Amino acid sequence: MIRSEQKPFEEILSYLEGENRVFVLGCDGCANASQTGGWPQVLAMKELLEEAGKEVTGYTVIDFLCQKALVASRLRPLEEKVMAADGVLVLSCGIGIQAAAAIIKKPVHPGCNTISLGWSRGEWQGEERCMECGDCLLDYTGGICPLTACTKGLLNGPCGGASNGKCELAKEKECGWEKIYQRLKELGKLDRLKRFIPPKDYNKMRPRPEILSTSFWALEQED
Amino acid sequence: MAFKEALESGKFTVTAEVGPLKGTDTTEIEEVAELLKGKVDGVNVTDQQSAVMRLGSLATCHLLVEKGLDPIFQMTCRDRNRIALQSDLLNAHVLGIRNVLAITGDYPTLGDHPDAKAVYDLDSVQLVWTIRRMNEGYDLAGNELEGKTDFFVGAVVTPVTDTDAAFELQLIKMEKKVEAGARFFQTQAVYDVDAFARFMKRAEEFGVPILAGIIPLKSVGMARYMNKNVAGVFVPEHLIEEMAKAEEKARKGLEIAARLIKDLQDLCQGVHIMAIGWEKKVPEILALAGLVQ
Repeated sequence: MIRSEQKPFEEILSYLEGENRVFVLGCDGCANASQTGGWPQVLAMKELLEEAGKEVTGYTVIDFLCQKALVASRLRPLEEKVMAADGVLVLSCGIGIQAAAAIIKKPVHPGCNTISLGWSRGEWQGEERCMECGDCLLDYTGGICPLTACTKGLLNGPCGGASNGKCELAKEKECGWEKIYQRLKELGKLDRLKRFIPPKDYNKMRPRPEILSTSFWALEQED
Repeated sequence: MAFKEALESGKFTVTAEVGPLKGTDTTEIEEVAELLKGKVDGVNVTDQQSAVMRLGSLATCHLLVEKGLDPIFQMTCRDRNRIALQSDLLNAHVLGIRNVLAITGDYPTLGDHPDAKAVYDLDSVQLVWTIRRMNEGYDLAGNELEGKTDFFVGAVVTPVTDTDAAFELQLIKMEKKVEAGARFFQTQAVYDVDAFARFMKRAEEFGVPILAGIIPLKSVGMARYMNKNVAGVFVPEHLIEEMAKAEEKARKGLEIAARLIKDLQDLCQGVHIMAIGWEKKVPEILALAGLVQ
């Protein structure tokens, strides 16, 4: 189980600047349990976006966004609505956002921050990883997490150590920043890379005191 | 402030790099300092280069200040969090150091303490930005400093890459560094003048002085080793052949370095010589390039 919380609506709107048509995607797994991306939240988000003057081309909730095969098959009947949108707003944990961004050839925006439970993972393991940093950056990087895709977790670009697109530390691993570059190039959004990302609040990566005392936390720590 | 003044005067500026040893013996550094005095505009001191633990850049820079040289304090993001980085910047200012070069830093697994925990609390762009804030009189938390810093801040860029994506990313990151406050750049070693010219054509628009990196070749093996193992270093085959044919390899390596410096003179604002053990030969390279007598 992964816990998430919705980002402030103003922040979500800032991601959608210049994008009038939006597809909203939720997750019936952990995001539903967190009450951040289940059906009620997706419907509420649709209303909010419409009130803000956006056109919602479509919306759906998929059982587990972290399973890419499932996401692809569930989105196929809705392909027209997805492709009619300028961007896709995803209400899920960081893994679901990355999995959706890997499949959908549209800018994908995070609607939630994944909050720390001391690093759990999605139900289905792919190459997507989320460090539960509590301040999701996936909008800026086209849906590939710089904290996990870059070995050094650099936020403002690569270290310069890559060789033929491979990380200098793990030759079998692709340079996360070259992947981010390719993704943003495909989306025609390379300008985003020029944005300065200020020092991160790493305190948000630690489980919060109010979570540590819950039975939910206790259960999460059981094998 | 010999280095900053040299760059601002428009003169072709020369910096050299020294690497402290593992231990407390500073004899070699002091000898090199004597030899470089009056011949270079600034001296970079590496910060635990290649993630190998050794005497630090801060103390060594201070030694150079005492010897009348203008050091460039290299600072990586690998070993210190934002508290230690800012504190060491205050330390550096108090010790008379006025130039800082902000870099990411090699990962610990490449060095001699591979078990170490990597930090990277800030990245190099954020470190440049932090130094600018400290120059303005504030720390990262927004607290006012009792006495601000006055640093001339630089950063690095790799001008020749093996993929288009890496090339574009270098330029994007360079632009971010300029916007964050970088006032000069020192580059990875350059051997291909045409490729460097292609980079300069794009980088010139940022309006920040660039010092091209020079690593004198010591042998054919070194050239091949760098081509295989050092990211962003590409020694063309014709230079490797030239080294192979030479009877005196060491002399040939110095001649090639001097020739590169001459060829680069019209393209950028200076050179940064990383002699890697050959620091005492830097005056000879500069003489061959016609930059000193």
